Amino acid sequence: MKTNGGSALIKSLELEGVDVIFGLPGGAILPVYDPILDSPIRHILVRHEQGAGHMAEGYAQATGRPGVAMVTSGPGATNIVTPLADAYMDSIPMVVITGQVPTAAIGTDAFQEVDIVGITRGITKHNELVTEAADIPRAIREAFHIATTGRPGPVLVDIPKDIVDPTNPRSAMEWYWPESVDLRGYDPVVEGDPALIEAAARLIVASERPVIYAGGGILKARGAEALRALAELLDIPVVTTLMARGAIPDDHPLCLGMPGMHGNYTAVTSMQESDLLIALGSRFDDRVTGKLDGFAPEAKIIHVDIDPAELGKVRRPDVGITGDARLVIEELIVALKGLGAPEVQPDRAAWKQTISGWQEKYPLTYEQSDPGELLKPQFVLETLRDNTPEDTIVASGVGQHQMFASQYWKFRHPYTWINSGGAGTMGFSVPAAIGAKVGRPDRMVWAVDGDGCFQMTAQELVTAAAERIPVKVAILNNAYLGMVRQWQEMFYEERYSEVYLSPDLPDYKMWAEAMGCVGMRVESPEEVLPAIEKANSIDDRPVVIDFRTDAREKVFPMVPAGRTNSEIQIGPGES
Amino acid sequence: MNLNPSGKRHHILSVLVENKPGVLARVAGLFARRGYNIFSLAVAPTDDDSLSRITIVVDVESAPLEQIVKQLDKLINVVAIDELAPGDAVERELLLATVAVPADTRGQVIELVGVFEGRVLSVGYDEITVSLEGSPRKLDDFTELLGNYGVVALQRTGRVALPRIRRRSPELSAVPDAS
Repeated sequence: MKTNGGSALIKSLELEGVDVIFGLPGGAILPVYDPILDSPIRHILVRHEQGAGHMAEGYAQATGRPGVAMVTSGPGATNIVTPLADAYMDSIPMVVITGQVPTAAIGTDAFQEVDIVGITRGITKHNELVTEAADIPRAIREAFHIATTGRPGPVLVDIPKDIVDPTNPRSAMEWYWPESVDLRGYDPVVEGDPALIEAAARLIVASERPVIYAGGGILKARGAEALRALAELLDIPVVTTLMARGAIPDDHPLCLGMPGMHGNYTAVTSMQESDLLIALGSRFDDRVTGKLDGFAPEAKIIHVDIDPAELGKVRRPDVGITGDARLVIEELIVALKGLGAPEVQPDRAAWKQTISGWQEKYPLTYEQSDPGELLKPQFVLETLRDNTPEDTIVASGVGQHQMFASQYWKFRHPYTWINSGGAGTMGFSVPAAIGAKVGRPDRMVWAVDGDGCFQMTAQELVTAAAERIPVKVAILNNAYLGMVRQWQEMFYEERYSEVYLSPDLPDYKMWAEAMGCVGMRVESPEEVLPAIEKANSIDDRPVVIDFRTDAREKVFPMVPAGRTNSEIQIGPGES
Repeated sequence: MNLNPSGKRHHILSVLVENKPGVLARVAGLFARRGYNIFSLAVAPTDDDSLSRITIVVDVESAPLEQIVKQLDKLINVVAIDELAPGDAVERELLLATVAVPADTRGQVIELVGVFEGRVLSVGYDEITVSLEGSPRKLDDFTELLGNYGVVALQRTGRVALPRIRRRSPELSAVPDAS
């Protein structure tokens, strides 16, 4: 069948099961936008290409399916660089199609030309400049295969205009769809080595103070049930990193919550004092380990990761297993039962008692505000948590509000927490929430945002209003770049440099209304619940609530940068 | 010119890659991003024209080397990586040098080239260009001795290397080769 590159591109996306593209057209990608009119694929027209990228990420995080974004060349492409970096850091499956100037113009500094393949080489799992129309179906097939297998990640496919423009003879091609993918240098190992799994099982049944250190890889591997089965079989506590919140329910008796720089005391200290860390799909990120040479000094390490480069990158494991987290856990359970688990394990009553003692002694706490004072962000989040469905999806930006949300929310299901972990991308939450809502229209989706973050990508609420995507946004407006303010207060002698934003400029309520949303402002504790209830009742447009919060509130516990996790500070002035 | 001698921190990576645009940039970019210095690099197609072989001499301790090998292996276009231990590899490199040779030293330089089994490629009134192929250490020695004369320009290719063919163990040597 004769076709052209542009039609072949859209057809290839259809065959990959794509149901939505987040994008914004422009000169170089124009020919591809014409066949979209005749395709069943929904296109969501964003207001800035960064929004398209984060929406695709939010969609992928909420559904497990790859997110797809399409933008034009030059500035269109560079505007999506941040989402690519973000997806690369957090291993999010995403395929980005960029337009490119015609092949004959490449390298001439043509209008809207950038070398986007060169620019994104270090922040994509793979990328490719396609130069022949006939290569398009193969390139798309490979892009989805690479993005979704092994350690997931973003793939960029750069498409010059001439090979998709039906008026150009270079776009002519014979349609085909590759039956299989042939990549000589790519064959991820998913099944763990049985000898290593056996060795891991032996370490586990011999350990006295084990902790499961569950990371985002558990969720990528759809391994939440397996994780829970493993923890329950052995009666071993689990910490869930920022990327793994919800991998085991927060109200599960074995769940200790989030470890790391702003983790709770029990999660941080149980890792620190353990004699065996069972790291499953986690990567010993510096925000988790604190100062590395003082991290979990007595712990032996079992490290399971789909990416062999993670094994030994930061901390040398005693047993390192390359493989898919879910498959390895399932094999591990078989091996453990073969060894006689759970009966053969040492008596861990003392360890459990120590842990529950920490939980009792050092719960997360904050002081309620006095009458007339600004809201406590923790109070807003607790009220929101207690008055939304338990499967609500929460998307956050980056900063204090993100840490408060991760700390105070009770995640009861996997894939209900979407945030920017590795890259720490401010402005992530609004577009990510929109993408999540597009992928899961059945769920309530709340963006928890800071005022600084909100100002970076708020224009995507216009997209949400126009496309009738009823996300809800809680801005914890403390009029500051709050996390930076916290560091300046604690480590720069309260010398506040360039962190003040003003609570009233912009007027968030009016701004929300101007973007086609319902806007509300909440200043006192008794207004919090009614505002949330009103927001929950609105399902035909986005809602934005401007919660006026106390800028003096800091995120605790905290392990100051460069310190060991043993130096955790519980609250202001306490250690 | 400050050429490091082939010290023990040098590791040779023989990287088989798909012969596609941008692959060298991916490999070189990975080294740059992780902060490792490439000491020398040679790249050319293999007998299979869909593949190229990149021979990289890199200057790292073994722990970061393990990490760089694993990161290289993640590149989709990288098909295979062999780390060649210096004793286990056959290494060769080519050197070209143009040397200023006034009448009184011309004979000495030509004699030196002869001792090292190099060749004189081009002769002018007061300069000659010579070539030398051999192990990197031999080239290091030659370069050092040549330094006593006026080196106008010197270019080395960077080494290429293949694994040394494993000889059979002595007790098997009496067994006739089946092939």
